Amino acid sequence: MVAERYKTAFTLYPYEKVSAQDAAPVRHPVVIVGGGPVGLALALDLGQKGTPALVLDDHEGAGLGSKAICFAKRTLDIAHRLGAGVPMVDKGVVWNVGRVFHGERQLFEFDLLPEDGHRNPAFINLQQPYFEQYLVQAIRAAQAEGAPIEIRGRNSAVGIDVHEDYATLDVETPDGPYQIEADYLIACDGARSPIRTMMGLDFDGRVFEDNFLIADVRMKADFPTERWFWFEPPFKDSGQSALLHKQPDDVWRIDFQLGWDIDRDAEMQEDRIRRRVDAMLSSQTGTVPEYELVWTSIYTFQCRRMKEFRHGPVFFAGDSAHQVSPFGARGANSGVQDADNLAWKLDAVLKGRAPKSLLDSYHTERAYGADENILNSSRATDFMTPKNTVSRLFRDAVLGLAKQHSFARPLVNSGRLSVPCVYDGFPHFGPDALDGPYATRPGAACPDAPLGSEYMLDRLGSDFSILALGGDAPHHDRINVVHIRDPEPTVRRRFLGDHTRAIYLIRPDQHIVARWPDFDASAVEAALLKTLGQ
Amino acid sequence: MLTLDPNIPDPDGFYDDLLKAHEGLNEAESMALNARLILVLANQIGDRDILRAALAAARQ
Ligand SMILES: Cc1cc2nc3c(=O)[nH]c(=O)nc-3n(C[C@H](O)[C@H](O)[C@H](O)COP(=O)(O)OP(=O)(O)OC[C@H]3O[C@@H](n4cnc5c(N)ncnc54)[C@H](O)[C@@H]3O)c2cc1C
Repeated sequence: MVAERYKTAFTLYPYEKVSAQDAAPVRHPVVIVGGGPVGLALALDLGQKGTPALVLDDHEGAGLGSKAICFAKRTLDIAHRLGAGVPMVDKGVVWNVGRVFHGERQLFEFDLLPEDGHRNPAFINLQQPYFEQYLVQAIRAAQAEGAPIEIRGRNSAVGIDVHEDYATLDVETPDGPYQIEADYLIACDGARSPIRTMMGLDFDGRVFEDNFLIADVRMKADFPTERWFWFEPPFKDSGQSALLHKQPDDVWRIDFQLGWDIDRDAEMQEDRIRRRVDAMLSSQTGTVPEYELVWTSIYTFQCRRMKEFRHGPVFFAGDSAHQVSPFGARGANSGVQDADNLAWKLDAVLKGRAPKSLLDSYHTERAYGADENILNSSRATDFMTPKNTVSRLFRDAVLGLAKQHSFARPLVNSGRLSVPCVYDGFPHFGPDALDGPYATRPGAACPDAPLGSEYMLDRLGSDFSILALGGDAPHHDRINVVHIRDPEPTVRRRFLGDHTRAIYLIRPDQHIVARWPDFDASAVEAALLKTLGQ
Repeated sequence: MLTLDPNIPDPDGFYDDLLKAHEGLNEAESMALNARLILVLANQIGDRDILRAALAAARQ
């Protein structure tokens, strides 16, 4: 039997019995446990490179309810590379205006004034089930083109035996148990990771003593597409902070930070929730618009990560490896970056293009990313919920000054948007032989830029590339060379600075490996070997 | 560079202004004023190295 732990929003991969269930265990190069955003992105990336990926999920589709809504540009760039980005951005809500309130007063409003010359916006709001649905659609399209991806729904991982260079997995299905072997097993099985538990691995960190009430409400009324955030909201019993922002389908996400000592059952009663929501929605206009409660839940959160993301043939990615508070929307966003980091490395190792030791850099790089995310979301939490007298004193001082003085506004922290970390000084990067712009230094995720009617990141694709700006086109027998003879001003600004030409070496996950003022075949070769761990 | 040598003209006058700014405030209000003042001055300095050195000097 496979228990239903939650309701699904859409059925995406219905259970179908496969012959392997009645046969001796079959060995797969990569088995992914969990078909959430991270497992799906990983499978899609591997499959598109031609490396077989088998996904097992104990449900048949995306979970119903309130999870991620905010997807950042880097995630959209990755999704676009994988062929899933367009429907996300089409469906998603883009907002630019935000308002920050303290009690009754509006402190300030801001306009994000997006920077142009990028295919994707800085972020979109989109319900997580859609994000997963579009990934599965892209997987179906890739399968039709021959990509070796398989998703098995209602296949629950119930036991694991880890050997030196493979893992054996016990799988439960509606037709009974069977076993699978994996050269590499990737646990993308979420925050409560059964794989992590079965392997007895630790998961330490900081539990924040707070409860958040989420209400997703559907309103047909004309309500502005803005993000409203309250410190110490004036509505009765609304706790430390409250947040309102828009999702597709006329749905608004409302968060109330309720504190630690609450009666969860009482707080979940509809009339009580409605009283709060009424007060919030009417706070600016005095009238309560008509709305329907689509989903409500109470959650607490933690900031923590596993000590090691790799244990022999088993890797942890996404929420199974690390968790952050939702402020700054770093959960799914960072998990998709884990997938992006791991996919090309697994592919390179399985194809014999890189030594197995390259896979250790997955932990070094992504644990660093996780630490940065945990730091950012802990800082936001400390601002929103000051934990002692002095932190409250300064928090209130910042809020007090922010209404009148713009200098204090950047100190107001209600969550910082997720941006990719830069692998500064990491062993698989360098050299930086160009005295070029800081944002495009080795280790950074390559920024997008317009190339006529196209975009830079599309041209780079999913393999190693040499980006040659200005000068003559260098030739490389194995690597895709993107030559831009006459870079337009945005490209110059982002990649050249004061130079007229430059050479960049870029990894399959579109992080910049190294850069030089001129093409030197042996220097490029050396950097390539270094980044592959040879 | 953080200067810890005398840099304020008319030190007595400044000190007087500082105390006057707190006149009529209770303890909590004074604490709040100090916090706002620190933020205003920190913004004026801006330089993270100087701010770090100032925090260290104050903490000694
Ligand atoms: C209220 C809230 C708001 C959030 N907002 C944001 C946001 O705005 N932006 C953002 O980026 N993130 C946000 N997050 C975090 C985001 O939802 C998670 O980080 C994301 O879902 C992690 O994806 P994942 O693939 O690692 O795990 P999950 O999405 O948890 O997927 C794990 C999958 O594994 C399956 N599974 C579990 N056990 C087994 C098993 N034994 N066998 C087979 N399959 C199994 C599960 O059924 C599930 O499908 C939010 C989270 C919450 C709770």
